[in-house]
Amino acid sequence: MARRSGMILDAALLIAMAAAFGMIFFYAPIESEMGIVQKIFYVHVPLAWNAFLGFGIVFFSSFRYLATRDPKWDMRALSAAEVGVLFTTLVLITGPIWAKPVWGIWWTWDARLTLTLVLWLIYVGYLMLRRYIESPERRAVLAAVVGVTGFIDVPLVYFAIRWWRTQHPQPVIAGGEGSGLDPRMATTLWICVAAFTLLFVALYRRRLAIEAMRARAEALRDDAEAARMEGARS
Amino acid sequence: MLRTAVVVLWKDLRIELRTRDAVSAALVFSILVLVIFNFALDVNRPEMRRLAAGFFWVAFAFAGTLSLNRSFALEKESGAGRALSLAPVDPAGIFLGKALANAIFLAVTQLVVLPLFVIFFDVSVTRLWALAVSFALGSIAFAATGTLFSAIAANTRMRELLLPVLFLPVSVPALIAAVETTSFALGNTESASFWFTLLVVYDVVFVTASLLVFEYVAEE
Repeated sequence: MARRSGMILDAALLIAMAAAFGMIFFYAPIESEMGIVQKIFYVHVPLAWNAFLGFGIVFFSSFRYLATRDPKWDMRALSAAEVGVLFTTLVLITGPIWAKPVWGIWWTWDARLTLTLVLWLIYVGYLMLRRYIESPERRAVLAAVVGVTGFIDVPLVYFAIRWWRTQHPQPVIAGGEGSGLDPRMATTLWICVAAFTLLFVALYRRRLAIEAMRARAEALRDDAEAARMEGARS
Repeated sequence: MLRTAVVVLWKDLRIELRTRDAVSAALVFSILVLVIFNFALDVNRPEMRRLAAGFFWVAFAFAGTLSLNRSFALEKESGAGRALSLAPVDPAGIFLGKALANAIFLAVTQLVVLPLFVIFFDVSVTRLWALAVSFALGSIAFAATGTLFSAIAANTRMRELLLPVLFLPVSVPALIAAVETTSFALGNTESASFWFTLLVVYDVVFVTASLLVFEYVAEE
């Protein structure tokens, strides 16, 4: 059942990705001022939205883990955090590639950019923490605490950075990305959002499956170890 | 809960009074940061004065992690942490006591570094009350977040690395607000009511959240 739905998902992902990239290159018009580089926006924006979705899942799963102590919530939090960090990394790479020709600079400490970078740091910290705790239960509990407090921090970071930015001179003036979008561009964007959401789900499911297999392998090894000890004793 | 907090606070204060480890480490470290800033940026230019509040809080953010690291390392080394978590007391009380102790250490460090800072950077404190509020709220913010993450990092093999990695990004809003309020106290900006509010909100949110989640961190 899970395998079957996985295959359907992969097929849908393949089709959606092909459609998305086809539309990016052949359907969406070339932006009049920014030129061809604007097309990175169709990859950048869906990645960013899904990265935030991932961090939302980390928060929810961490919260559920603390309430239920069910390891499946810990696996979900971990998987979502990894895919979220991967997507955020790609957001932070694609952003400057677009910004350099358009704004003339690689980076600016604008509210959204800064928030993304701070989020990336928080969740990289989350993943690092997990690496350095031996006991699986302790790891799950402590990571969940970071998963919850890290997310509570997001609105505070957002307001702080926004206000801080508006007080300082803005190095670049760019129109909002949503302003006056050509309908063909909007359609392309939505198809891309769908495709990248499917990509997120597919990666997340695979990561979850690996984690479940790892847990099973560990349990089997423990059983085998116990049986061996039993055999040695008799 | 309050009684536990007072006992833990008194224990930490007594250890500190006898060893003077946390405050002296933070103190020497903040002075070093200020001196290094001077070499790296030639701070005596007049325009640098506007940035003084920033230098000050950068020094504290790093000096703070030093003394916060010690906070739970101390408990781990002697096995006192296990005894604390076995004791039939409210974990929130333990958190409150440790956080208060850390806030006091930070505030003491700030008060000692302040005169040096005024001398080195040639700044003048035009709004003393604002500086006092900024220091107090900033110390609470760092102590609340730092104590929670210090307790978490103490469970790992890489304590010294993980505390700043977890603590600094999360305290970004507090750091910005602390810099802006101190900047206001030094007369560089005209109003900072938003930043005072943000610091208060941050303190309330993180003190509450830490009190709620600390029981999970404290269990063994």
